[in-house]
Amino acid sequence: MSNNIPRKDQKMNRREFFLNGARALGLTALGGLVWSAYVDEVTAASLLLRPPGALDENDFLKTCIKCGMCVEACPYDTLQLAKPGDNMPLGTPYFIPRDIPCYMCPDIPCVPVCPTDALNEKLVTTKNKLDINKASMGVAVIDDNSCIAFWGIQCDACYRACPLLGEAITIEYTKNERTGKHAFLKPVVHADVCTGCGLCEKACVTQKAAIFVLPNEVAKGKAGDYYIKGWDKNDEKRLEKATSETTKTKISERKAVDSLNDLGGILDD
Amino acid sequence: MINLIKKSKFLIARRITQITIMFLYIAANIWGFNFLMGNLSSSKLLDTVPLSDPYAVLQMFTAGAVIASDVLIGAIIIFVFYMFIGGRAFCSWVCPVNMITDLSNYIRRKFGFNKILKRQPATRNIRYYVLVLSLILSFFMGYAAFEFVSPVSMVHRGLIFGLGFGWAAIVIIFLFDLFVLKNGWCGHICPIGGFYSLIGRFSLIRVHHNHENCTACMKCKEVCPESQVLFMVTKDSIPVTSGECTNCGRCVEVCDDEALNFSIKNLKKETK
Repeated sequence: MSNNIPRKDQKMNRREFFLNGARALGLTALGGLVWSAYVDEVTAASLLLRPPGALDENDFLKTCIKCGMCVEACPYDTLQLAKPGDNMPLGTPYFIPRDIPCYMCPDIPCVPVCPTDALNEKLVTTKNKLDINKASMGVAVIDDNSCIAFWGIQCDACYRACPLLGEAITIEYTKNERTGKHAFLKPVVHADVCTGCGLCEKACVTQKAAIFVLPNEVAKGKAGDYYIKGWDKNDEKRLEKATSETTKTKISERKAVDSLNDLGGILDD
Repeated sequence: MINLIKKSKFLIARRITQITIMFLYIAANIWGFNFLMGNLSSSKLLDTVPLSDPYAVLQMFTAGAVIASDVLIGAIIIFVFYMFIGGRAFCSWVCPVNMITDLSNYIRRKFGFNKILKRQPATRNIRYYVLVLSLILSFFMGYAAFEFVSPVSMVHRGLIFGLGFGWAAIVIIFLFDLFVLKNGWCGHICPIGGFYSLIGRFSLIRVHHNHENCTACMKCKEVCPESQVLFMVTKDSIPVTSGECTNCGRCVEVCDDEALNFSIKNLKKETK
Protein backbone atom coordinates (compact mmCIF):
# COMPACT_ATOMS: atom_id res chain seq x y z
CA MET A 1 0.00 0.00 0.00
CA SER A 2 2.79 2.37 0.83
CA ASN A 3 4.04 2.03 -2.73
CA ASN A 4 1.02 3.92 -4.01
CA ILE A 5 1.72 6.97 -1.88
CA PRO A 6 4.05 9.49 -3.51
CA ARG A 7 7.45 9.73 -1.89
CA LYS A 8 6.92 13.30 -0.80
CA ASP A 9 3.68 12.45 1.02
CA GLN A 10 5.35 9.50 2.67
CA LYS A 11 7.99 11.82 4.01
CA MET A 12 5.34 14.24 5.28
CA ASN A 13 3.48 11.41 6.95
CA ARG A 14 6.60 10.30 8.70
CA ARG A 15 7.33 13.86 9.81
CA GLU A 16 3.80 14.27 11.04
CA PHE A 17 4.06 11.02 12.96
CA PHE A 18 7.26 12.09 14.71
CA LEU A 19 5.93 15.56 15.40
CA ASN A 20 2.74 14.18 16.89
CA GLY A 21 4.71 11.73 19.01
CA ALA A 22 7.01 14.49 20.26
CA ARG A 23 4.04 16.75 21.01
CA ALA A 24 2.25 14.06 23.01
CA LEU A 25 5.43 13.32 24.96
CA GLY A 26 6.21 16.99 25.53
CA LEU A 27 2.70 17.87 26.65
CA THR A 28 2.63 14.87 28.98
CA ALA A 29 5.93 16.00 30.52
CA LEU A 30 4.64 19.57 30.82
CA GLY A 31 1.41 18.44 32.45
CA GLY A 32 3.26 16.06 34.74
CA LEU A 33 5.68 18.73 35.97
CA VAL A 34 3.00 21.34 36.63
CA TRP A 35 0.80 18.76 38.29
CA SER A 36 3.55 17.36 40.54
CA ALA A 37 4.71 20.85 41.52
CA TYR A 38 1.15 21.69 42.54
CA VAL A 39 0.67 18.48 44.53
CA ASP A 40 4.04 19.03 46.23
CA GLU A 41 2.97 22.53 47.19
CA VAL A 42 -0.45 21.60 48.59
CA THR A 43 0.82 18.66 50.62
CA ALA A 44 3.54 20.74 52.28
CA ALA A 45 1.38 22.42 54.95
CA SER A 46 2.82 21.41 58.31
CA LEU A 47 0.85 23.52 60.76
CA LEU A 48 -2.32 21.48 61.01
CA LEU A 49 -3.76 19.17 63.62
CA ARG A 50 -5.09 15.76 62.63
CA PRO A 51 -7.83 13.74 64.36
CA PRO A 52 -6.79 11.22 67.06
CA GLY A 53 -5.13 8.03 65.87
CA ALA A 54 -3.82 9.58 62.65
CA LEU A 55 -0.78 7.97 61.02
CA ASP A 56 2.41 10.01 60.45
CA GLU A 57 1.66 12.98 58.26
CA ASN A 58 3.34 11.36 55.25
CA ASP A 59 1.51 8.05 55.57
CA PHE A 60 -1.67 9.88 56.43
CA LEU A 61 -1.61 11.88 53.18
CA LYS A 62 -0.95 8.64 51.31
CA THR A 63 -3.76 6.69 52.96
CA CYS A 64 -6.59 9.16 53.62
CA ILE A 65 -9.25 8.82 50.88
CA LYS A 66 -10.90 12.13 51.89
CA CYS A 67 -14.36 10.66 52.44
CA GLY A 68 -15.21 12.75 55.51
CA MET A 69 -16.61 9.84 57.51
CA CYS A 70 -14.61 11.02 60.59
CA VAL A 71 -16.12 14.49 60.18
CA GLU A 72 -19.61 13.01 60.21
CA ALA A 73 -18.82 10.82 63.22
CA CYS A 74 -17.57 13.71 65.39
CA PRO A 75 -20.42 14.73 67.76
CA TYR A 76 -18.92 18.17 68.44
CA ASP A 77 -18.31 19.25 64.80
CA THR A 78 -14.65 19.58 65.72
CA LEU A 79 -13.32 18.09 62.51
CA GLN A 80 -13.57 19.64 59.09
CA LEU A 81 -12.31 18.72 55.64
CA ALA A 82 -9.83 21.11 54.04
CA LYS A 83 -11.61 23.13 51.36
CA PRO A 84 -9.99 24.89 48.42
CA GLY A 85 -8.81 28.18 49.91
CA ASP A 86 -7.99 26.74 53.36
CA ASN A 87 -4.35 26.28 52.27
CA MET A 88 -4.23 22.78 53.73
CA PRO A 89 -3.89 19.43 51.95
CA LEU A 90 -7.17 19.37 50.05
CA GLY A 91 -9.99 17.22 51.40
CA THR A 92 -8.14 15.92 54.46
CA PRO A 93 -9.58 16.27 58.00
CA TYR A 94 -8.17 18.74 60.55
CA PHE A 95 -9.32 20.82 63.48
CA ILE A 96 -8.70 24.28 64.91
CA PRO A 97 -8.75 23.98 68.74
CA ARG A 98 -9.40 27.68 69.41
CA ASP A 99 -12.69 27.29 67.46
CA ILE A 100 -13.70 23.78 68.54
CA PRO A 101 -11.19 21.56 70.38
CA CYS A 102 -11.24 17.76 70.54
CA TYR A 103 -13.46 16.81 73.50
CA MET A 104 -11.77 13.41 73.90
CA CYS A 105 -14.79 11.07 73.61
CA PRO A 106 -13.96 7.78 75.40
CA ASP A 107 -15.40 5.75 72.48
CA ILE A 108 -13.49 7.85 69.88
CA PRO A 109 -16.25 7.70 67.22
CA CYS A 110 -14.07 9.31 64.53
CA VAL A 111 -11.48 6.51 64.42
CA PRO A 112 -13.30 3.18 63.83
CA VAL A 113 -15.34 4.65 60.93
CA CYS A 114 -12.20 5.35 58.88
CA PRO A 115 -12.37 2.95 55.90
CA THR A 116 -8.66 3.22 55.05
CA ASP A 117 -7.17 3.02 58.57
CA ALA A 118 -5.52 6.39 58.03
CA LEU A 119 -7.02 6.93 61.47
CA ASN A 120 -5.74 3.77 63.04
CA GLU A 121 -7.42 2.10 65.99
CA LYS A 122 -4.13 0.49 67.04
CA LEU A 123 -2.63 3.90 67.75
CA VAL A 124 -5.35 4.68 70.31
CA THR A 125 -5.75 1.26 71.92
CA THR A 126 -4.36 -0.07 75.19
CA LYS A 127 -5.09 -3.64 76.25
CA ASN A 128 -7.68 -4.14 73.46
CA LYS A 129 -9.69 -1.15 74.61
CA LEU A 130 -9.94 2.21 72.89
CA ASP A 131 -8.06 4.74 74.96
CA ILE A 132 -8.33 8.40 73.94
CA ASN A 133 -5.59 9.36 76.40
CA LYS A 134 -3.13 7.62 74.10
CA ALA A 135 -3.96 10.05 71.28
CA SER A 136 -1.12 12.23 70.11
CA MET A 137 -2.61 14.96 67.96
CA GLY A 138 -0.04 17.55 68.95
CA VAL A 139 1.42 19.17 72.04
CA ALA A 140 0.46 22.33 73.94
CA VAL A 141 3.04 25.08 74.09
CA ILE A 142 2.98 28.14 76.38
CA ASP A 143 4.13 31.62 75.42
CA ASP A 144 5.21 32.80 78.90
CA ASN A 145 5.36 36.42 77.80
CA SER A 146 1.65 36.62 77.15
CA CYS A 147 0.49 34.09 79.78
CA ILE A 148 -0.87 36.21 82.62
CA ALA A 149 -0.03 33.51 85.20
CA PHE A 150 3.61 34.25 84.45
CA TRP A 151 2.93 37.93 85.20
CA GLY A 152 1.77 37.00 88.67
CA ILE A 153 -1.98 37.25 88.01
CA GLN A 154 -3.80 34.22 89.29
CA CYS A 155 -5.18 32.16 86.41
CA ASP A 156 -5.40 28.41 86.05
CA ALA A 157 -7.95 28.21 83.23
CA CYS A 158 -5.81 25.86 81.12
CA TYR A 159 -4.97 23.66 84.09
CA ARG A 160 -8.66 23.31 84.95
CA ALA A 161 -9.68 22.68 81.32
CA CYS A 162 -7.16 19.89 80.78
CA PRO A 163 -8.85 16.46 80.55
CA LEU A 164 -5.69 14.95 82.03
CA LEU A 165 -5.85 17.29 85.01
CA GLY A 166 -2.64 17.35 86.97
CA GLU A 167 -0.86 15.09 84.50
CA ALA A 168 -0.55 16.92 81.18
CA ILE A 169 -0.49 20.36 82.83
CA THR A 170 0.77 20.93 86.35
CA ILE A 171 1.12 24.15 88.33
CA GLU A 172 4.54 25.19 89.49
CA TYR A 173 4.76 27.53 92.51
CA THR A 174 7.56 30.06 92.63
CA LYS A 175 8.09 33.19 94.66
CA ASN A 176 7.13 36.54 93.19
CA GLU A 177 10.22 38.65 93.90
CA ARG A 178 8.52 41.83 92.64
CA THR A 179 5.94 41.99 95.43
CA GLY A 180 7.93 39.90 97.86
CA LYS A 181 4.85 38.28 99.33
CA HIS A 182 2.96 36.60 96.48
CA ALA A 183 3.45 33.42 94.48
CA PHE A 184 3.51 32.72 90.76
CA LEU A 185 1.25 29.82 89.81
CA LYS A 186 2.84 28.86 86.51
CA PRO A 187 1.34 26.22 84.25
CA VAL A 188 3.79 23.61 82.92
CA VAL A 189 2.95 21.27 80.04
CA HIS A 190 4.25 17.72 80.15
CA ALA A 191 4.73 16.89 76.50
CA ASP A 192 4.92 13.12 77.03
CA VAL A 193 1.37 13.09 78.48
CA CYS A 194 -0.28 15.91 76.51
CA THR A 195 -2.59 14.60 73.77
CA GLY A 196 -2.96 17.88 71.90
CA CYS A 197 -6.74 18.02 72.31
CA GLY A 198 -6.64 21.81 72.59
CA LEU A 199 -9.13 22.22 75.46
CA CYS A 200 -6.53 24.44 77.15
CA GLU A 201 -6.18 26.60 74.05
CA LYS A 202 -9.96 26.97 73.92
CA ALA A 203 -10.09 27.90 77.62
CA CYS A 204 -7.22 30.40 77.59
CA VAL A 205 -8.42 33.85 78.67
CA THR A 206 -5.94 36.01 76.77
CA GLN A 207 -6.99 37.75 73.55
CA LYS A 208 -4.94 35.35 71.45
CA ALA A 209 -4.33 32.10 73.27
CA ALA A 210 -1.07 32.09 75.27
CA ILE A 211 -1.22 28.28 75.37
CA PHE A 212 -1.72 26.64 71.99
CA VAL A 213 -1.35 23.27 70.34
CA LEU A 214 1.33 22.65 67.74
CA PRO A 215 1.75 19.48 65.68
CA ASN A 216 4.26 17.04 67.19
CA GLU A 217 6.71 17.38 64.30
CA VAL A 218 6.82 21.13 64.78
CA ALA A 219 6.93 21.34 68.58
CA LYS A 220 9.14 18.40 69.52
CA GLY A 221 12.89 17.96 69.18
CA LYS A 222 14.76 14.67 69.06
CA ALA A 223 17.78 13.75 71.18
CA GLY A 224 18.93 11.03 68.80
CA ASP A 225 19.76 7.45 69.76
CA TYR A 226 23.36 8.25 70.74
CA TYR A 227 22.23 9.72 74.08
CA ILE A 228 21.26 7.25 76.78
CA LYS A 229 19.80 8.01 80.19
CA GLY A 230 22.25 6.07 82.35
CA TRP A 231 19.99 6.38 85.40
CA ASP A 232 17.03 4.80 83.61
CA LYS A 233 17.22 0.98 83.61
CA ASN A 234 14.92 0.63 80.60
CA ASP A 235 16.78 3.19 78.56
CA GLU A 236 20.11 1.64 79.49
CA LYS A 237 18.98 -1.68 78.01
CA ARG A 238 19.55 -0.10 74.62
CA LEU A 239 23.28 -0.40 75.37
CA GLU A 240 23.07 -4.19 75.28
CA LYS A 241 22.33 -4.19 71.59
CA ALA A 242 24.77 -1.38 70.85
CA THR A 243 27.65 -2.03 68.50
CA SER A 244 30.84 -0.05 68.65
CA GLU A 245 32.69 1.39 65.75
CA THR A 246 36.33 2.45 65.92
CA THR A 247 37.49 5.12 63.57
CA LYS A 248 41.08 6.13 62.96
CA THR A 249 42.39 9.48 61.87
CA LYS A 250 46.01 9.80 60.86
CA ILE A 251 47.91 11.92 63.41
CA SER A 252 49.70 14.86 61.90
CA GLU A 253 53.50 14.56 62.01
CA ARG A 254 54.00 18.27 62.56
CA LYS A 255 54.34 19.77 66.00
CA ALA A 256 51.52 21.85 67.41
CA VAL A 257 53.68 24.99 67.47
CA ASP A 258 54.50 24.63 63.77
CA SER A 259 50.88 24.31 62.95
CA LEU A 260 49.98 27.43 64.97
CA ASN A 261 52.74 29.52 63.43
CA ASP A 262 51.92 28.44 59.90
CA LEU A 263 50.32 31.44 58.31
CA GLY A 264 50.05 29.80 54.94
CA GLY A 265 52.72 32.06 53.46
CA ILE A 266 50.65 35.27 53.71
CA LEU A 267 53.57 37.18 55.32
CA ASP A 268 56.12 36.07 52.73
CA ASP A 269 55.85 39.21 50.66
CA MET B 1 -45.82 18.38 27.93
CA ILE B 2 -46.33 14.64 28.27
CA ASN B 3 -44.42 14.22 25.08
CA LEU B 4 -41.55 16.31 26.47
CA ILE B 5 -41.38 14.14 29.57
CA LYS B 6 -41.48 11.03 27.43
CA LYS B 7 -38.73 12.46 25.27
CA SER B 8 -36.50 13.00 28.30
CA LYS B 9 -37.42 10.10 30.55
CA PHE B 10 -33.81 8.98 30.98
CA LEU B 11 -32.63 12.56 31.49
CA ILE B 12 -35.20 13.02 34.26
CA ALA B 13 -34.33 9.65 35.80
CA ARG B 14 -30.63 10.55 35.74
CA ARG B 15 -31.17 13.92 37.38
CA ILE B 16 -33.29 12.26 40.06
CA THR B 17 -30.56 9.65 40.70
CA GLN B 18 -27.75 12.22 40.79
CA ILE B 19 -29.61 14.59 43.07
CA THR B 20 -30.92 11.82 45.34
CA ILE B 21 -27.42 10.41 45.87
CA MET B 22 -25.98 13.83 46.69
CA PHE B 23 -28.98 14.55 48.93
CA LEU B 24 -28.47 11.31 50.88
CA TYR B 25 -24.81 12.21 51.49
CA ILE B 26 -25.76 15.72 52.61
CA ALA B 27 -28.54 14.35 54.85
CA ALA B 28 -26.04 12.01 56.51
CA ASN B 29 -23.69 14.90 57.25
CA ILE B 30 -26.25 17.46 58.38
CA TRP B 31 -29.02 15.46 60.05
CA GLY B 32 -27.23 12.20 60.78
CA PHE B 33 -29.61 10.30 58.49
CA ASN B 34 -27.13 7.50 57.89
CA PHE B 35 -28.51 5.77 54.81
CA LEU B 36 -25.47 6.71 52.74
CA MET B 37 -22.48 8.17 54.60
CA GLY B 38 -19.26 9.70 53.31
CA ASN B 39 -18.89 10.94 49.75
CA LEU B 40 -18.17 9.57 46.28
CA SER B 41 -14.55 8.78 47.22
CA SER B 42 -15.65 6.32 49.87
CA SER B 43 -18.97 5.73 51.56
CA LYS B 44 -20.94 3.38 53.69
CA LEU B 45 -24.39 2.17 52.69
CA LEU B 46 -26.85 1.41 55.53
CA ASP B 47 -23.94 1.55 58.00
CA THR B 48 -22.64 -1.81 56.70
CA VAL B 49 -21.74 -2.02 52.99
CA PRO B 50 -18.51 -0.18 52.13
CA LEU B 51 -18.34 1.49 48.71
CA SER B 52 -15.13 3.06 47.42
CA ASP B 53 -13.84 4.72 44.28
CA PRO B 54 -11.66 2.02 42.65
CA TYR B 55 -9.59 4.62 40.77
CA ALA B 56 -8.75 6.45 44.01
CA VAL B 57 -7.81 3.15 45.66
CA LEU B 58 -5.64 2.26 42.65
CA GLN B 59 -3.79 5.57 43.05
CA MET B 60 -3.36 4.95 46.77
CA PHE B 61 -1.97 1.51 46.02
CA THR B 62 0.47 2.95 43.46
CA ALA B 63 1.48 5.58 45.99
CA GLY B 64 2.49 2.79 48.37
CA ALA B 65 -0.29 3.04 50.95
CA VAL B 66 -1.39 0.02 52.94
CA ILE B 67 -4.89 -0.74 51.63
CA ALA B 68 -7.29 -1.56 54.46
CA SER B 69 -9.87 -4.31 53.92
CA ASP B 70 -12.90 -1.99 54.13
CA VAL B 71 -11.78 0.23 51.33
CA LEU B 72 -10.59 -2.72 49.24
CA ILE B 73 -13.95 -4.51 49.49
CA GLY B 74 -15.70 -1.23 48.71
CA ALA B 75 -13.57 -0.70 45.62
CA ILE B 76 -14.18 -4.26 44.39
CA ILE B 77 -17.96 -3.87 44.79
CA ILE B 78 -17.97 -0.67 42.72
CA PHE B 79 -15.51 -2.09 40.18
CA VAL B 80 -17.56 -5.26 39.63
CA PHE B 81 -20.83 -3.33 39.41
CA TYR B 82 -19.66 -1.00 36.65
CA MET B 83 -17.63 -3.65 34.88
CA PHE B 84 -20.42 -6.20 34.52
CA ILE B 85 -23.62 -4.17 34.83
CA GLY B 86 -23.49 -0.41 34.58
CA GLY B 87 -20.66 0.28 32.15
CA ARG B 88 -19.58 3.91 32.35
CA ALA B 89 -22.88 4.79 34.04
CA PHE B 90 -21.08 6.54 36.93
CA CYS B 91 -20.42 9.52 34.66
CA SER B 92 -24.01 10.12 33.60
CA TRP B 93 -26.05 8.73 36.50
CA VAL B 94 -23.99 9.58 39.60
CA CYS B 95 -21.30 12.22 39.06
CA PRO B 96 -22.57 15.73 39.91
CA VAL B 97 -20.12 17.32 37.44
CA ASN B 98 -22.23 15.78 34.69
CA MET B 99 -24.93 18.36 35.43
CA ILE B 100 -22.44 21.19 34.89
CA THR B 101 -21.08 19.87 31.61
CA ASP B 102 -24.56 18.97 30.37
CA LEU B 103 -25.56 22.58 30.95
CA SER B 104 -22.59 23.79 28.89
CA ASN B 105 -23.55 21.36 26.20
CA TYR B 106 -27.17 22.46 26.24
CA ILE B 107 -26.16 26.10 25.79
CA ARG B 108 -23.78 25.11 23.00
CA ARG B 109 -26.59 23.33 21.17
CA LYS B 110 -29.15 26.10 21.72
CA PHE B 111 -26.83 28.79 20.44
CA GLY B 112 -25.50 26.65 17.61
CA PHE B 113 -21.84 26.79 18.72
CA ASN B 114 -21.30 23.33 17.32
CA LYS B 115 -22.47 24.29 13.86
CA ILE B 116 -20.00 27.18 13.62
CA LEU B 117 -17.00 25.26 14.94
CA LYS B 118 -17.40 21.71 13.76
CA ARG B 119 -14.03 20.15 14.37
CA GLN B 120 -12.82 19.78 17.94
CA PRO B 121 -9.11 20.52 18.24
CA ALA B 122 -8.23 17.82 20.78
CA THR B 123 -8.24 14.06 20.95
CA ARG B 124 -10.51 12.19 23.32
CA ASN B 125 -7.55 10.01 24.27
CA ILE B 126 -6.16 12.75 26.57
CA ARG B 127 -8.06 11.10 29.43
CA TYR B 128 -6.00 7.93 29.06
CA TYR B 129 -2.77 9.95 29.11
CA VAL B 130 -4.00 11.73 32.25
CA LEU B 131 -4.92 8.35 33.76
CA VAL B 132 -1.45 6.89 33.16
CA LEU B 133 0.22 10.12 34.25
CA SER B 134 -1.75 10.16 37.52
CA LEU B 135 -0.50 6.67 38.33
CA ILE B 136 3.11 7.54 37.45
CA LEU B 137 2.95 10.68 39.61
CA SER B 138 1.31 8.76 42.47
CA PHE B 139 4.13 6.25 42.33
CA PHE B 140 6.93 8.79 42.37
CA MET B 141 5.39 11.32 44.76
CA GLY B 142 3.89 8.84 47.21
CA TYR B 143 0.51 10.58 47.17
CA ALA B 144 -2.70 9.81 45.28
CA ALA B 145 -1.90 12.50 42.72
CA PHE B 146 -5.27 13.05 41.05
CA GLU B 147 -7.14 13.13 44.36
CA PHE B 148 -5.35 16.35 45.31
CA VAL B 149 -6.35 18.17 42.11
CA SER B 150 -9.62 16.45 41.15
CA PRO B 151 -12.34 19.02 40.47
CA VAL B 152 -14.83 16.14 40.60
CA SER B 153 -13.93 15.45 44.23
CA MET B 154 -13.87 19.19 44.96
CA VAL B 155 -17.46 19.41 43.75
CA HIS B 156 -19.01 16.38 45.46
CA ARG B 157 -16.97 16.83 48.63
CA GLY B 158 -17.74 20.54 48.57
CA LEU B 159 -21.48 20.01 48.21
CA ILE B 160 -21.47 17.75 51.26
CA PHE B 161 -18.82 19.26 53.55
CA GLY B 162 -18.53 22.88 52.43
CA LEU B 163 -17.43 24.29 49.12
CA GLY B 164 -14.84 26.96 49.99
CA PHE B 165 -13.26 28.13 46.75
CA GLY B 166 -14.56 24.95 45.13
CA TRP B 167 -17.12 27.05 43.24
CA ALA B 168 -14.18 28.11 41.09
CA ALA B 169 -13.76 24.50 39.95
CA ILE B 170 -17.41 24.49 38.89
CA VAL B 171 -17.05 27.75 36.95
CA ILE B 172 -13.79 26.62 35.33
CA ILE B 173 -15.31 23.37 34.07
CA PHE B 174 -18.45 25.18 32.90
CA LEU B 175 -16.54 27.84 30.96
CA PHE B 176 -14.03 25.35 29.59
CA ASP B 177 -16.78 23.13 28.21
CA LEU B 178 -18.77 26.08 26.94
CA PHE B 179 -16.06 28.08 25.18
CA VAL B 180 -12.91 25.97 24.80
CA LEU B 181 -13.81 22.41 24.00
CA LYS B 182 -17.10 20.59 23.43
CA ASN B 183 -17.41 17.85 26.06
CA GLY B 184 -14.02 19.07 27.21
CA TRP B 185 -13.91 17.84 30.78
CA CYS B 186 -16.08 14.70 30.78
CA GLY B 187 -15.31 13.62 27.23
CA HIS B 188 -11.63 14.48 26.90
CA ILE B 189 -9.73 15.05 30.14
CA CYS B 190 -11.34 13.43 33.19
CA PRO B 191 -9.33 10.29 34.07
CA ILE B 192 -12.22 8.92 36.13
CA GLY B 193 -14.17 8.76 32.87
CA GLY B 194 -11.12 7.17 31.27
CA PHE B 195 -10.95 4.59 34.03
CA TYR B 196 -14.62 3.66 33.72
CA SER B 197 -14.29 3.63 29.90
CA LEU B 198 -11.65 0.95 30.22
CA ILE B 199 -13.55 -1.28 32.63
CA GLY B 200 -17.01 -0.43 31.22
CA ARG B 201 -16.52 -2.08 27.86
CA PHE B 202 -17.52 -5.46 29.27
CA SER B 203 -20.80 -4.38 30.81
CA LEU B 204 -24.08 -6.09 29.99
CA ILE B 205 -26.30 -3.03 29.62
CA ARG B 206 -25.84 -1.65 26.12
CA VAL B 207 -27.49 0.66 23.64
CA HIS B 208 -28.48 -1.33 20.57
CA HIS B 209 -28.89 0.16 17.10
CA ASN B 210 -31.37 -1.14 14.56
CA HIS B 211 -30.45 0.42 11.21
CA GLU B 212 -33.62 -0.66 9.40
CA ASN B 213 -35.62 1.79 11.55
CA CYS B 214 -33.07 4.57 11.27
CA THR B 215 -34.06 7.58 9.16
CA ALA B 216 -30.64 9.22 9.47
CA CYS B 217 -32.00 12.30 11.26
CA MET B 218 -28.78 12.40 13.32
CA LYS B 219 -30.54 13.69 16.43
CA CYS B 220 -28.74 11.00 18.42
CA LYS B 221 -25.29 12.06 17.28
CA GLU B 222 -26.05 15.69 18.00
CA VAL B 223 -27.07 14.98 21.56
CA CYS B 224 -24.52 12.27 22.41
CA PRO B 225 -21.65 13.44 24.68
CA GLU B 226 -19.40 10.72 23.22
CA SER B 227 -20.69 10.78 19.65
CA GLN B 228 -17.79 8.67 18.31
CA VAL B 229 -19.37 5.58 19.96
CA LEU B 230 -22.39 5.91 17.64
CA PHE B 231 -20.33 5.31 14.48
CA MET B 232 -22.71 2.52 13.42
CA VAL B 233 -25.78 4.73 13.23
CA THR B 234 -27.44 4.44 9.77
CA LYS B 235 -24.99 1.67 8.85
CA ASP B 236 -25.12 -1.47 10.99
CA SER B 237 -27.47 -3.13 13.43
CA ILE B 238 -24.97 -3.71 16.23
CA PRO B 239 -24.80 -2.71 19.87
CA VAL B 240 -22.64 0.16 21.06
CA THR B 241 -19.69 -1.76 22.45
CA SER B 242 -17.27 1.08 23.23
CA GLY B 243 -16.66 1.58 26.93
CA GLU B 244 -16.72 5.33 26.33
CA CYS B 245 -20.54 5.21 26.06
CA THR B 246 -21.88 6.50 29.38
CA ASN B 247 -25.25 4.70 29.08
CA CYS B 248 -26.96 8.04 29.58
CA GLY B 249 -29.78 7.05 27.25
CA ARG B 250 -30.03 10.45 25.54
CA CYS B 251 -29.79 8.85 22.10
CA VAL B 252 -32.55 6.36 22.97
CA GLU B 253 -34.99 9.03 24.09
CA VAL B 254 -34.38 11.53 21.28
CA CYS B 255 -34.79 8.85 18.59
CA ASP B 256 -38.20 9.20 16.92
CA ASP B 257 -37.92 5.96 14.98
CA GLU B 258 -37.26 3.25 17.56
CA ALA B 259 -33.80 2.73 16.05
CA LEU B 260 -31.97 2.88 19.37
CA ASN B 261 -32.82 0.94 22.51
CA PHE B 262 -31.27 -0.34 25.69
CA SER B 263 -30.66 -4.07 25.74
CA ILE B 264 -28.78 -6.71 27.65
CA LYS B 265 -25.69 -7.62 25.67
CA ASN B 266 -25.72 -11.43 25.66
CA LEU B 267 -29.48 -11.95 25.53
CA LYS B 268 -29.60 -9.90 22.37
CA LYS B 269 -27.01 -12.12 20.74
CA GLU B 270 -29.02 -15.26 21.47
CA THR B 271 -32.27 -13.93 20.06
CA LYS B 272 -30.58 -12.75 16.90
